[in-house]
Amino acid sequence: MITEEIKRAGFGDILARVEAGERLSTDDAVRLYESTDILAIGYMANLVRERLNGDRAYFIYNQHINYSNICSNLCKFCAFGKPAEDEQAYEMSIGEIREKIRERLDEPIVEVHVVGGIHPELPYSYYLEMLRAIKEERPEIHIQGFTGVEIAHLAELSGKGLKKTLEELIEAGLGSIPGGGAEVFSQRIREITCEKKLSGEGWLEVARTAHKLGLKSNATMLYGHIETIEERVDHLARLRELQDETGGFMTFIPLAFHPRNTEMHDLSRSTGIEDLKNIAVARLFLDNFPHIKAYWIMIGAKLAQVALSFGADDVDGTASEEKITQMAGGEAGQFLARNELVRIIKDAGRVPVERDTLYNVIREYV
Amino acid sequence: MAEDIAKICERTAAGERLSVADALALAEGADLYQLGFAANRVRKSKHPQPLVTYVIDRNINYTDICISACKFCAFFHGPEEEGGYVLSNDELAKKIEETKDLGGTQILLQGGLHPDLPFSFYEEMLRFIKSHDIHIHGFSPPEVCHFAEISGLSIAEVISKLKEAGLDSIPGGGAEILSDRVRGETAPRKCSADRWLEVMGEAHLQGMRTTATMMFGHIETWAERIEHLDRLRTLQDETGGFTAFISWPFQPANTALSTVKCATAHEYLRVLAISRLFLDNFDNLQASWVTQGPKIAQTALFFGANDFGSTMIEENVVAAAGVGFRLSEEEIRKLVETAGFVPRQRLMDYTLV
Repeated sequence: MITEEIKRAGFGDILARVEAGERLSTDDAVRLYESTDILAIGYMANLVRERLNGDRAYFIYNQHINYSNICSNLCKFCAFGKPAEDEQAYEMSIGEIREKIRERLDEPIVEVHVVGGIHPELPYSYYLEMLRAIKEERPEIHIQGFTGVEIAHLAELSGKGLKKTLEELIEAGLGSIPGGGAEVFSQRIREITCEKKLSGEGWLEVARTAHKLGLKSNATMLYGHIETIEERVDHLARLRELQDETGGFMTFIPLAFHPRNTEMHDLSRSTGIEDLKNIAVARLFLDNFPHIKAYWIMIGAKLAQVALSFGADDVDGTASEEKITQMAGGEAGQFLARNELVRIIKDAGRVPVERDTLYNVIREYV
Repeated sequence: MAEDIAKICERTAAGERLSVADALALAEGADLYQLGFAANRVRKSKHPQPLVTYVIDRNINYTDICISACKFCAFFHGPEEEGGYVLSNDELAKKIEETKDLGGTQILLQGGLHPDLPFSFYEEMLRFIKSHDIHIHGFSPPEVCHFAEISGLSIAEVISKLKEAGLDSIPGGGAEILSDRVRGETAPRKCSADRWLEVMGEAHLQGMRTTATMMFGHIETWAERIEHLDRLRTLQDETGGFTAFISWPFQPANTALSTVKCATAHEYLRVLAISRLFLDNFDNLQASWVTQGPKIAQTALFFGANDFGSTMIEENVVAAAGVGFRLSEEEIRKLVETAGFVPRQRLMDYTLV
């Protein structure tokens, strides 16, 4: 019956390709995005998800450090970045960052996730010191830090080029790169929403350089603002192409735009169907990405749980102190206790797997 | 087993009625997609037009003072507690006028089982509300049973008098789980399963339409959920008086059962889909955005729901359990449209506005 229903939805050819393990075309992806037949799309994405990741649903116990919200880019879709003179502007000293790490030494944290604004004044040495300080306080910790946009900024500050800068960051303790700052690669979108930000090509170049140095990274797409379906598919196609070249991406994370407190607050927030579709289409199209994450902080724990049947195999984790979504009116709350995360994953018929940054298994909850 | 499940799903697609054993097999063995595709197919065959309906109304809880003390309720004040209220006519009038100003067509009127108010109070309240010319969807079966007790009248007489005073239809609240084991443990003072059904049967007999509900995810088993659905289906076969079925998970915060873990969204969608498949004689199933939030409620439109319920200009009972979802009519319409459906305002009896 399910096969018939999918054929009736007009996706018989795509189902055949999915079942044969063949790559989908950009036209296929456009057709999927244009449909609202979420059962058909989700079912196919779930086939790929179970083929690649079985019943596993990953999560991580991590700590977020958003070291400063002072930012010279001030993208229109962002509620986090502030000019230096803003009363909400802040930056953490190296000592404060040390203190934040020390405060939570008794928790089984395996990753410190470091993201901040494009600060106009902090020197290159601040970033190297921050990495060294975190490692000194917690030597075994993995630091996933600095989006492609921040890395490109650091390369400018150092004047040493991307490769050398990345080498120095790795030496200071950087373990991998988060997926932020990709937004939508289209030049049209960047000109309208974030003209000062690193270009799409620039972002991809950082990822390429990092991957060649053996540094793994993630990729994101910010959807639900002014982007067209074609621009989404173009974004995914460029990620897939780079992944064919380097194999350095671990996870793709579709990020739902949160309009509140941004310059684009007149737009409405993404709906459940839109969120599920972005996860499912990504799972279907990005055949060379090992993992797709349903970031519960952005879409809520309820939908993230359902997303485990729509292509996602990762829900992020027990994130606390995350500020970027919170500032934009994210309502999912700041903390999901580990036992609650385990419960909702099991209730969705999946096996909860606590992982480290690089997807090494720490514990399976059977 | 997997083959059995597929066969059961095929049979629902052919319009065949599911047995209790079939429903239990689905509950135990069917995955989310088997249920979703089958329920969606039934929904489409019952509603070939891609419409999703909703009603503009307001919950008016005339009192929160209640002698029932159900363990799953965070709303009530016991008669001996401080802080309970009974709404005055002025307060009622203000709420009704606000509702009408927002395009509202009905009032969902429900309250606690107050120990002292006489039956005449409720008749007068209905007459007062009716003087504002609005549909009154009011008094769930436990209230009707309570009125019968305090007045010494029969259920039939109470319903007849309420109707005469202006009651238009009866909401399906207080059904919880229609199993006397579950009621005995969670709500011993509330009317029995038989009495709940008796009220609805009598109302239908007197030409009144009603809805039916199920609150799941506390102490009941799947077998008891199916028993609940089976009793509703049986009465619906006899009377045809139910317009819609509404299910939602128990919200444990601030209740005597606060250690129970709230049923998850995944479970909600499965219960919804199985309800759609089993209740073949119910035309309409509502999505519970109040407990599930807009994202899951929208997703529910693909798991058997064809109605977004009410805009609930005011809601107090779920809110008392710490769940704070709010949606405007505009937001409901947008959720429906972006899911590929056409939103349409309706009345209680599902005629389109």
